Amino acid sequence: MTFKESDHGAVPFWRDERYLQIIAQVIVVVVLIAIGWWLIHNLLTGLEALGIPMSFKFLGLTAQFDIGESMIEYSRNSTYAQALLVGLLNTIKVSFLGIVFATLFGIIIGIARLSKNWLVNKLAAIYVEALRNIPLLVFLIFLSTSVFHKLPRVQNALSAWGWAYLTNRGIYVVWPQPAGGWDVYKWFLLGSFIIGFIVAAIKFREGKKTGRMPLYWLWGFVVFAVLAAITWFIAQFMAGPPMHLDFPSLQGRNFKGGKSLTPEFMAIFTGLVIYTSAFIAEVVRAGIQSVSKGQREAATAVGLSGFQTMRLVIFPQAMRVIIPPLTSQYLNLTKNSSLAIAVGYPDLFAVGSTIINQAGRAVEVILITMGVYLTFSLLTSLFMNWYNKHTRLVER
Amino acid sequence: MSRKLLVVLLVVLLAALALAACGGAKETAAPTEAAAATTAPTATSEQTAAQPTEKPAQQEGEGTLATVKARGKIICGVNQAVPGFGFLQPDGSFAGFDIDYCKALSSAVFGSPDKVEYRPLNAKQRFTALQAGEIDVLIRNTTWTLTRDTELGANFAPTTFYDGQGIMVRKDSGIKTLADLEGASICVSSGTTTELNLADQMASRGINYTPVVFETADETTGAYLDGRCDAYTTDKSGLVARQSMFPHPEDHMILDETLSKEPLGPVVRHGDDQWFDIVKWMVFATFQAEESGVTSQNVDEMKNAEDPNIRKLLGTEGDMGAKLGLDNDWAYNIIKQVGNYAEIYNRNLGPDTVFNLPRGMNSSWKDGGLLYSPPFR
Repeated sequence: MTFKESDHGAVPFWRDERYLQIIAQVIVVVVLIAIGWWLIHNLLTGLEALGIPMSFKFLGLTAQFDIGESMIEYSRNSTYAQALLVGLLNTIKVSFLGIVFATLFGIIIGIARLSKNWLVNKLAAIYVEALRNIPLLVFLIFLSTSVFHKLPRVQNALSAWGWAYLTNRGIYVVWPQPAGGWDVYKWFLLGSFIIGFIVAAIKFREGKKTGRMPLYWLWGFVVFAVLAAITWFIAQFMAGPPMHLDFPSLQGRNFKGGKSLTPEFMAIFTGLVIYTSAFIAEVVRAGIQSVSKGQREAATAVGLSGFQTMRLVIFPQAMRVIIPPLTSQYLNLTKNSSLAIAVGYPDLFAVGSTIINQAGRAVEVILITMGVYLTFSLLTSLFMNWYNKHTRLVER
Repeated sequence: MSRKLLVVLLVVLLAALALAACGGAKETAAPTEAAAATTAPTATSEQTAAQPTEKPAQQEGEGTLATVKARGKIICGVNQAVPGFGFLQPDGSFAGFDIDYCKALSSAVFGSPDKVEYRPLNAKQRFTALQAGEIDVLIRNTTWTLTRDTELGANFAPTTFYDGQGIMVRKDSGIKTLADLEGASICVSSGTTTELNLADQMASRGINYTPVVFETADETTGAYLDGRCDAYTTDKSGLVARQSMFPHPEDHMILDETLSKEPLGPVVRHGDDQWFDIVKWMVFATFQAEESGVTSQNVDEMKNAEDPNIRKLLGTEGDMGAKLGLDNDWAYNIIKQVGNYAEIYNRNLGPDTVFNLPRGMNSSWKDGGLLYSPPFR
């Protein structure tokens, strides 16, 4: 129709669909910008009217409050910016560990759901169906108040032969601490690792050449372990034992020494792991089931065992289907870690909301918090997309 | 096809134009003022006309009093978890010392104590709620500090309760003084002055401790009772109130040391002096009534008292109410319906309650306390 009209040569632009489409897009953009500008303007005038104009200068002021657990040096004399950094690191810690463990459990349970063993199959199904359908916040509060706070008190701590203690103030585990010989030994350790790596590489090459792949990583590891053990004694002879075990013990009101995990961390960590692993299990199951039956039958026909079939044939192909939804589970886990505030774990959001109250900078702190989570999510997604591309290339 | 598109486009264009017009209007005057000038010319046009480039007085564009009257009720930000001060009872109603001040404000404005909507807030939400205009007044055991008075955009009415921060421990813990808390975990609610005082006091005394920070008072005491912490800290009045709810109150004790000054009182937003005045004098009326011996029992007789101060307070003489923008019997209503300071105190915290808190500093200046009302004249 347009053609016919344009043949006459006198179609005004407002009746020309090509122009109209462009104009429509321009108008939509203008309207969106206008709405956005109006919202921001409204916010800024509102804050101005209250006598608290937007400013990020408060970040340099003294925080004046203490934080229960921190991976860096922090005290009440630190700045608000440092307090936010403490929260940020705590968020990274729980998200990273959460992702690792949730993936591990998720894969195991996902495979278990497909097991032919009736009990294993049903247990996995119950795990997934029960945990996937409980709201995470409810589950977290349950973990905090009914599990971790109800562990034995410090005085009657559950002890595992003095190596680990379970109390409602936290979990304490024996942990190696560097001692006199450490300065020498760390170089030995590095050397052992390099040699182990080289051995593994050589074995890998040999395997490529001969077509019979040896357990190259086991070779590397054994070489590393043997060397590390021998050099330990050398270091001990030269400068005393490189490390000693730091046993936790009850000193005063609390346990000291060893490695400790607070109940707040344990609550948010286990909550996130269990909840997310239920979803990951479903993703894994779907991925495995997406591999066609012929593949499995062919693997059986050439004589591969059940485990080999899974490891060599099914799982590599399932990965292609698994990775994209897995990415969104990782993003969910990271975002859900902001629920830490409900169980008293000082993550970014918890520290941020304390600052909102003490410094009165709600808009600024929320903007920072949103920016950080957005950055996290985009980075995770970027990495997973890269990995996705990587596995696809290998596969095809 | 293209005609349909054209219609859609026209609509969008019109909407854009309308929006652009709104935007244009805002550049010449602040948005709320523009709105106020059109919707309520009688109330605020003088102010707007006088200072067209000034910032709007408050978010609603009208005075809080006008907003409250139009709404028919006061929205009062309160606590729901501190017995004696602000507590949500099993039947769903609120009760406590702070709640009675919400009622007193309602009596002053509406002549009835029930025109209040209670908005339970936790320690962190309260200032944001106040700043955003979600509540008209915050009466939620809130400590008056310089930062809050300035940066948080809050105005503090006279202190209704002089408090101080204390620490509660288990009796069998062997903790007797602050110094015994070395290495201890201490449960504290987040976003409170308590959290800051604790950090300040422990730092100045060089005591190492681990703060365990929870969102609400219920979570905090729950964790303390479970043994997660060696000690629990909040204002002493709060400690007493909480202790009364513990399963075994006798197993706990409050250390003698006081960590801070905690003057608690009602709070309003910056920028509405009339509303601020009303809240201030509502509090003073309860002080003055106790000082002059006016109670809810004898207030009707007292209306005809000889003492000109009492006559002015109760509106028999002068026009004190009109000066505040209220009815002349505003203070009469407060005393009649809610009571004077002593009545409010005794009802919620006094000898007949489980708390039995001594009045101490919270006595009239005539009895050696700190409660002192400027003259009603």
